[in-house]
Amino acid sequence: MSTSTSSITFYERVEDALHNTQARGAFDRATKRFTTLRATAFESLPASEAVRDRARAIRAHTLGHLDQCLAQFADAVEKAGGQVHWAADAAEANRIICDIATANKVQRVVKSKSMVSEEIHLNRALEAMGLEVTESDLGEYIIQLAGETPSHIITPVIHRTKEQVGQILSEKVNMPPTTEPAEMTAFVRAKMRQVFLSADMGISGVNFGVAETGTIVTVTNEGNGRMTTTCPRIHVAVMGIERLVPTLADLSVMLQVLARSATGQKLSVYTNLITGPRRADEPDGPDELHIVLVDNGRSKILGTELAEILYCIRCGACLNACPVYREIGGHAYGSVYPGPIGSVVTPALYGVAPWSDLPHASSLCGACREVCPVRIDLPGLLLKLRHQTDEAGTTPKYLKFGLHAFRLAGTHPALFRLGARFASIGSRLMASNGWIKKLPGPLSHWTQSRDFPVFASETFTQQLKKRRAAKKA
Amino acid sequence: MTKPDKVQLFITCLIETLRPEAGLAVVSVLESLGLEVIVPEGQTCCGQPPFNGGLWDDARPLAKHTLDVLSQSDAPIVVPSGSCADMIKHHYVELFEDDPKYRQLAKDIAARTYEFTQFLVDVLGVTDLHAHFDGKVTYHPSCHLLRGQAIDHQPHELLKNVLDLEVVDLPNATECCGFGGLFAIKMGDISSAILQRKLDAIESTGAQAVVGCDVSCLLNIGGGLHRRGSKVETKYIAEILDKDENK
Repeated sequence: MSTSTSSITFYERVEDALHNTQARGAFDRATKRFTTLRATAFESLPASEAVRDRARAIRAHTLGHLDQCLAQFADAVEKAGGQVHWAADAAEANRIICDIATANKVQRVVKSKSMVSEEIHLNRALEAMGLEVTESDLGEYIIQLAGETPSHIITPVIHRTKEQVGQILSEKVNMPPTTEPAEMTAFVRAKMRQVFLSADMGISGVNFGVAETGTIVTVTNEGNGRMTTTCPRIHVAVMGIERLVPTLADLSVMLQVLARSATGQKLSVYTNLITGPRRADEPDGPDELHIVLVDNGRSKILGTELAEILYCIRCGACLNACPVYREIGGHAYGSVYPGPIGSVVTPALYGVAPWSDLPHASSLCGACREVCPVRIDLPGLLLKLRHQTDEAGTTPKYLKFGLHAFRLAGTHPALFRLGARFASIGSRLMASNGWIKKLPGPLSHWTQSRDFPVFASETFTQQLKKRRAAKKA
Repeated sequence: MTKPDKVQLFITCLIETLRPEAGLAVVSVLESLGLEVIVPEGQTCCGQPPFNGGLWDDARPLAKHTLDVLSQSDAPIVVPSGSCADMIKHHYVELFEDDPKYRQLAKDIAARTYEFTQFLVDVLGVTDLHAHFDGKVTYHPSCHLLRGQAIDHQPHELLKNVLDLEVVDLPNATECCGFGGLFAIKMGDISSAILQRKLDAIESTGAQAVVGCDVSCLLNIGGGLHRRGSKVETKYIAEILDKDENK
């Protein structure tokens, strides 16, 4: 199944993105700021490298024992009074949530930020049955008003300037014109208060589920997560099946790296640990807690060469570090999950053939691997996926032919020498003053921004032989 | 390990065909340290282009060929390229998961393969080559050198000891130049956009040359600088360290 947001190609989206100088400026500023904040935040963590090793080990252990962890988690949730639902795919997850809404005569839904709900296009399903759905995370609210999708896992409206945000809020919800972020926030905050109080159902994501206690953990900076999960009478938490940690002690390790990696904070402002719905003797909280565990392609990644991608804790650090993401932003990837993580997880979940360009949209510079809190070898996974894209028959013909020929020459040294000779002569025919301004065919992509030098008239081997002979003489 | 008296040079296809002078400088530096430099016959390319392109069936024969060429001698292997060294050291094993013979050979070769500056500093313990270069340069740490193999202090130490050489910091030095091999062709637009930032950073330093340990990245950067009409040159690190070259 494809979750592409449009039918235009990756290359067309990239072209659009590269022409959007305003958004590129926004991406550049924001990603650099987060990268710096992240580095500073990790300096404040004693033995941070060891903590990252520990975080990776926890994720590896969890994914290695996912069936047991899930069973333990589901038991604990039910013991605490919550209800567990299993969804094999997006359609089933949406149906489950819509059924819960129908059974409880829900009219208004408030949501806190959840990538998995974006993945399954939950809002579309809820709105199709006539429900009013409001995103309560400020960034998500703005893109919801603008009719857009998130361009970043953590900061969904990263592609917009504050002036544009002000304009969207004025046009869509009659905010008095302002460019002051504090005024915009105050305006939305007042508006959101009514939404929280009138909603029948709150839908949240889940950053971590704790298997031993059945606790779900959400972290937010705006407090909207806490309002979403406590004010409405029904709370539905949507989570990917991989988002578990075995124990609360493990959770504390993950929380040490999550906020630092995501936003450069030591801890997010609100860290909510929710175990079950409201108890009989408690004044606040929902009457019902439903946890929807979404597979949607995850279990088929388990045990494959790409399994490591399930370690991801959705911090977004790899997006901020990626030179490609910085240039093209999130929308160009065409998937809910952009950046290096998206270039792996999207084809892994939805198939290599329809998403074959994404694994190639990387210079393999390794900046993503360097910042990943759980040390996912993202370049290594991209390489494996590139191999899969070739096996799926998506390699362009010119490349296939060129690399076959290159292989042939590279395994026959005499042919290789002949090739070098031809390259030298050929390049000289195309060059002026030792540089080629325009290469033919697909190679013209090189010369769109850079010249290419002529090949040497005598190779290194020839020149060295001459030098050594001259020395002997 | 005991200090070797001879080395095998895997020259890389780019230096062989596009920048022989960089290779000659490497030989000069190694010979000036009293080493016998063997250039094994028949060497071609490490196989990185098809490997990175996902065409592993084309990469495998190239890797085999290279392993055969390099296993004729027991001498350590010096590679004047971060990315080709990374390919031989880290990715060959992956190509031969189902071939025990070549998998073992890949491990043996990987264990005695060194990037040029790594070999000088870590194996030979040499940081001062008595080289001289009168001028101001900046250093671009290529990705497969820096993040692929954590080689960073070695080139810096070697440059620090070059007489009359001023090395100025490159802003956002650790960011990619946008090369990425076939990436520069397949995703030319993105590659170019990344390159422009690198070129801006280089030009902002006022350096007369940008020094690197990967001719591939220097090909990208150099081509971009030339297109801009910039006076800034590119130098493979041995071209600075070769004391016979810049007297």
